[in-house]
Amino acid sequence: MTVLFGQLFTGISIGAVLLLIALGLALTFGQMNVINMAHGEFIMAGAYTTYVLQQTVTAAGWSLLVALPVAFAVAGTMGVLLEVLLIRRLYARPLDTLLVTWGVSLMLQQLARDVFGSPNVQTRAPALLTGNVSLPGGLTVANNRLFILALALAAVLALTLALRLTPLGRRIRAVVQNRDLAAVSGIPTARVDRTTFFIGSGLAGVAGVALTLLGPIGPTMGTNLIIDAFLVVVVGGIGQLKGSVIVAFALGVLQATGEYLTTLSVAKVIVFVAIVAFLQWRPQGLFTLRTRSLA
Amino acid sequence: MTAAPLVRTDPAAVAGTPPGGRRGRRFDGPARTAVGFALGAALLFAVAPLALSDFRLSLLAKYLCVAMVGVGIGIAWGRGGMLTLGQGVFFGLGGYAMAMHLKLADAGPGELPDFMQLYGQLDELPLWWRPFASPWIALPATVLLPMVVAFGLGSLVFRRRVRGAYFAILSQALAAAMVILLVGQQGTTGGTNGLTDIQGFFGYDLDDPVNQRMVYFIIAASLLALLALARQLFRSRYGELLVAVRDGEERVRFLGYDPAGVKLVGYVIAAGMAGLAGALFVPAVGIISPALIGIVPSIEFVIGVAVGGRATLLGPVLGAVAVAWARTALSERFPGTWTYLQGLLFVLVVAFLPGGLASLWVLARQRRSDPAGARWWRRSRPVEPAENRTEVSAA
Repeated sequence: MTVLFGQLFTGISIGAVLLLIALGLALTFGQMNVINMAHGEFIMAGAYTTYVLQQTVTAAGWSLLVALPVAFAVAGTMGVLLEVLLIRRLYARPLDTLLVTWGVSLMLQQLARDVFGSPNVQTRAPALLTGNVSLPGGLTVANNRLFILALALAAVLALTLALRLTPLGRRIRAVVQNRDLAAVSGIPTARVDRTTFFIGSGLAGVAGVALTLLGPIGPTMGTNLIIDAFLVVVVGGIGQLKGSVIVAFALGVLQATGEYLTTLSVAKVIVFVAIVAFLQWRPQGLFTLRTRSLA
Repeated sequence: MTAAPLVRTDPAAVAGTPPGGRRGRRFDGPARTAVGFALGAALLFAVAPLALSDFRLSLLAKYLCVAMVGVGIGIAWGRGGMLTLGQGVFFGLGGYAMAMHLKLADAGPGELPDFMQLYGQLDELPLWWRPFASPWIALPATVLLPMVVAFGLGSLVFRRRVRGAYFAILSQALAAAMVILLVGQQGTTGGTNGLTDIQGFFGYDLDDPVNQRMVYFIIAASLLALLALARQLFRSRYGELLVAVRDGEERVRFLGYDPAGVKLVGYVIAAGMAGLAGALFVPAVGIISPALIGIVPSIEFVIGVAVGGRATLLGPVLGAVAVAWARTALSERFPGTWTYLQGLLFVLVVAFLPGGLASLWVLARQRRSDPAGARWWRRSRPVEPAENRTEVSAA
């Protein structure tokens, strides 16, 4: 029972990290149909932001709190720059966008290496987040993982509310559902795209802050996560958030269970096979927007 | 979401003008191809071995292997529109199949390969290693194994119309899964180190420069053979169908063809070519390891193709060799700068010259032969965003 719960919680916590990363992707991929490989480097930017802030704001708890909005802004700004300079020109060519942004991610990684050095750096976790919470029944959960779970859920909630209730959210949904119709209705689609990119990339920055609690910060930290996050979006279905939420946790639990029953390497293969099998059943992902489009 | 237009115009198609479009030139068709192949053969078989030192020649052998993967990517991606970011998997399957055989041959009958004795608590050869002791199984396996894997994945994925970016991500995830699997099973795969220190190649000592030259000649001949195959493919009805599927999959379906089958054939051929390249890479370099077949090398295969010109016959080869050569030349002297350059090259070529460097050639020729026609710089512009075009979009 304890073991089972432990595995379940590990899975959920892996899922929470995936979710934080995938949320931003689901937004940008869903709305603009572009694959942004540099998303992983925005995570890295968020993590290094935390590191830099900790050099100035020494109290670990405060620096983490300050890092959340700052990392959002830093990563978001990088995202907007990327959108304005490159991605905007490539909307008709999604595959090329993937390659171009991969080139950008190469350069950003090298930039991080030049600025912060190749070796990984570490941040100090605030004392509040280092311990464990004991639950009745002899179960324990790590505070930092609990915090990340809360952060992921808060991000989902905030994003859902923003999409449902604000005028900006309404415009975003309109563009996602039918870009042409949104444009003829007077919605400035280009500006909405830019805003979406800011939010999506900013969320990657927040994910980066969360990741500093789990491990070291390095120039290639983003690349290891980005593929899993893309798989979440692909399986979840684009254009809606709920698919990504469900799939992130499902993949996390599957990964953790597979790892427990076999090994890490076999678990990765199991996840991959499960995804291909799932796409046989629902090639467009778990939830799809109903459109009459052919493609 | 936006309804995608029925016909996507691939800007890379600039460099992939069908053969019919070039009629009327005096020197064209079979004669031109024959001369081209003769020139290529002369360059590879006479000029390069005479002009290059043993060391440079072995580097060239390595680049030509990368170029062979590129020919396959040119078919799958350039002609078929399937961006495969996992060619490293097929390269690796071919490479590992060959390396397993060579390791077993090095060890001698009944003996375990050196690394198994080092790491393993293994007393006897694992079951799945055993078939590779026979060259009659190992050699065909270098090509067939990748093709079977590609067929398996492709038939599942294409039939369900998983395509575009979805397919790219899946193929990349395949590369990630393969690497993790190889690293995890260290006792039987050599783990992160891979299969190293391969001494012999069917009885020939690979340390001997003469035998290295032989390996180079085999590689050069294979590359020419693959190019001949690709050329036939491009000119065949199938080749036209493949391009048609790239540019308007739904239209091809409405015409009664099965796009999934068309794509599957292209993908499987590309996988076989990558497998052959991997198999020949092993004797040329003496090692195959997860670091050579993972996500990053898989994308680097694509870079060369993009730079050279994805939809052309020779573009992928020249691009792959040029990029690999530049990497060796620059990364030794300026490791950091090369990474910036590589990224920048990729961004600039893909974003602003999607036809690759080959399109410069094609555009220049268009301008020469047709001075009154459209200005060549206009043609090089990216296509308009989908929403501005007026093809039948679903509504």
